[in-house]
Amino acid sequence: MATWLADTKKWIKSRKGQQVLICVAFTVIPLFLLFLFTYLPFGQMVKFSFYKMKYSTPVDKRVFVGWKNYIDVFNRKDCFGALKLSVYYCIGAIIQLVLSLYLATVLSFKVKGENLFKGLMFFPYLISGIAIGFIFKFFYTRGFVLDTILQGLGISLDSLPYWLKDQKVNNWSLVATSVWRYFGQNMVLFVGAIMSVDAELYEAAQLDGANRFQQFRHIILPSIKTIVTLNVILSITGSLSAFEQPYVITDGANGTGTYFVVMNEIAHTSQKVGLASAMAVVLLLIIFGCTILQKLFFKYIFRDAESEEESYAAKKARIKAEKAAAKANKQKTMAKN
Amino acid sequence: MKRKHLTIQATILLILKYFSLIFFGFVAVIPVVSCVITAFKTSEEYQSTNVMTLPESWLNFDNFIKAYQAANMGRAFINSLIVMVCVLVVSIIVGTQLAYVLNRFKFPGNTLIRNLFLFASLLPGVAMQVTVYNIMSSLGFINHLYGYIIMMCGTDVISIYIFIQFMENIPVSLDESAIIDGASYWTIYWKIMLPLLKPAIVTSCILKGVGVYNEYYAANLYLQDKDLHTIATSLYTFVGPMGSQYNLICAGVIISLLPALIIFIIFQKQIYSGITAGAVKG
Repeated sequence: MATWLADTKKWIKSRKGQQVLICVAFTVIPLFLLFLFTYLPFGQMVKFSFYKMKYSTPVDKRVFVGWKNYIDVFNRKDCFGALKLSVYYCIGAIIQLVLSLYLATVLSFKVKGENLFKGLMFFPYLISGIAIGFIFKFFYTRGFVLDTILQGLGISLDSLPYWLKDQKVNNWSLVATSVWRYFGQNMVLFVGAIMSVDAELYEAAQLDGANRFQQFRHIILPSIKTIVTLNVILSITGSLSAFEQPYVITDGANGTGTYFVVMNEIAHTSQKVGLASAMAVVLLLIIFGCTILQKLFFKYIFRDAESEEESYAAKKARIKAEKAAAKANKQKTMAKN
Repeated sequence: MKRKHLTIQATILLILKYFSLIFFGFVAVIPVVSCVITAFKTSEEYQSTNVMTLPESWLNFDNFIKAYQAANMGRAFINSLIVMVCVLVVSIIVGTQLAYVLNRFKFPGNTLIRNLFLFASLLPGVAMQVTVYNIMSSLGFINHLYGYIIMMCGTDVISIYIFIQFMENIPVSLDESAIIDGASYWTIYWKIMLPLLKPAIVTSCILKGVGVYNEYYAANLYLQDKDLHTIATSLYTFVGPMGSQYNLICAGVIISLLPALIIFIIFQKQIYSGITAGAVKG
């Protein structure tokens, strides 16, 4: 017993023991939180999707209903059908991507007041969702901001639709809000990626007489390929799970209820937790499916370019390693002194 | 001849360039500017004039005062501040510690932990709240600031990536020489890593801070008590009976976004770099 204790003490004091201790100590809390607020609810979601229950239903009163909730998701008109609204958001996401790519390219050339423009376009991203709801309820109200501007351009009020009530346009109004909110953030992302391109490349291209479009096509686009791909994937999964704009602006009224808005209502207003869980599981499966398909698709498209990029990455890594080594050597000699 | 052709093309490009920047700059600010204009109008003025007509007086702060009191925004600012400070302190400490361990030590499960966090970031928040709500209520966390704070600490992935990315550029030889000098791992983390991580910490503080400040969905679910409203949820006061008094609502909205605007003006560069760093890895 005594030797065992002494051994443990010795082990704790050893390097190896210290390493294990610090690894455990530093990962316990984040892993616990991750488990508690992500994986435990995830497991519960799968389990609840087979039950008929409310939040307040005691554990023993919950009724097991098998696949009924899943059948309901596909049969109820308001559930699965709501996914078709994603098409609007997907088109919006593509417009947003093209627009922000264009603006980022413009900003990457010499522009006066670059920071001002960048700031103005980025700021909407920092406004809270609920504030955006109020701003755009106001913006789209009959005879208010948007109508006034359009009237100023010579369009009569009678020919304008009710932006949030008319089912022909209201989803587009919401999509426009989403584009308004995120295009500046996207643009900043792309500007960052473009800036990381070697400036010498542009100079060389200009010397060779390449015009702006050629510069964009052959220098900018290849170098920001990864981040554009990432954004395409994000925008498709994002449009499947579109939620905020309809939730805060129209509350899902007049045919603007996206899948998640409907799910949110079923969960927190009607308290049909089982059905809502089934809806969540179905959409998660669709999102995973989409993500995997897209990854494969882009891998297939970029299979030729891969080798080229790899060598570039390898070169970069080598330079980085050399620099780090030089620095380390310097520090070592300094430490010795 | 050729030269002239080129200048025409260049001029067109120049015009197109500034036209698109000015146009989209306008598009970006008009919804907010119209709100500012309306916030300065008296009720009669608001009723009688067009929304885009400038207010008679830019010094009419009545709406701001009324909105501030109606939504109890003083209390809400304090709540938001408490939530932000707690969440930032906890998630910075926990996040840097995790990043330190994941970056510096090879142990079984290292990749698994990274993947667990990555997978978690794929799950949409709204869907998760369906069952997180159940957990929060069984823990008795609903309508308590601490409950909301603990939940907000647990849902952070991007800042961990920013930290890991930053640590990759801190040479391991620093750790090694410290070990030779007899430093413990804790000392290395506390005395070497944390100070060197400062730029990454600032970036992640700003990004996460703005995120927490603007969070309204979960705050609305878990902090329904009026005294527990944060700035974002205090705006819910204007839903309902006050729903058409837009001069008041706009004033409330403007008050709520002022702090974010100030932070943005001061820390523009860090915000941009944080957005870029977070996206590349995430």
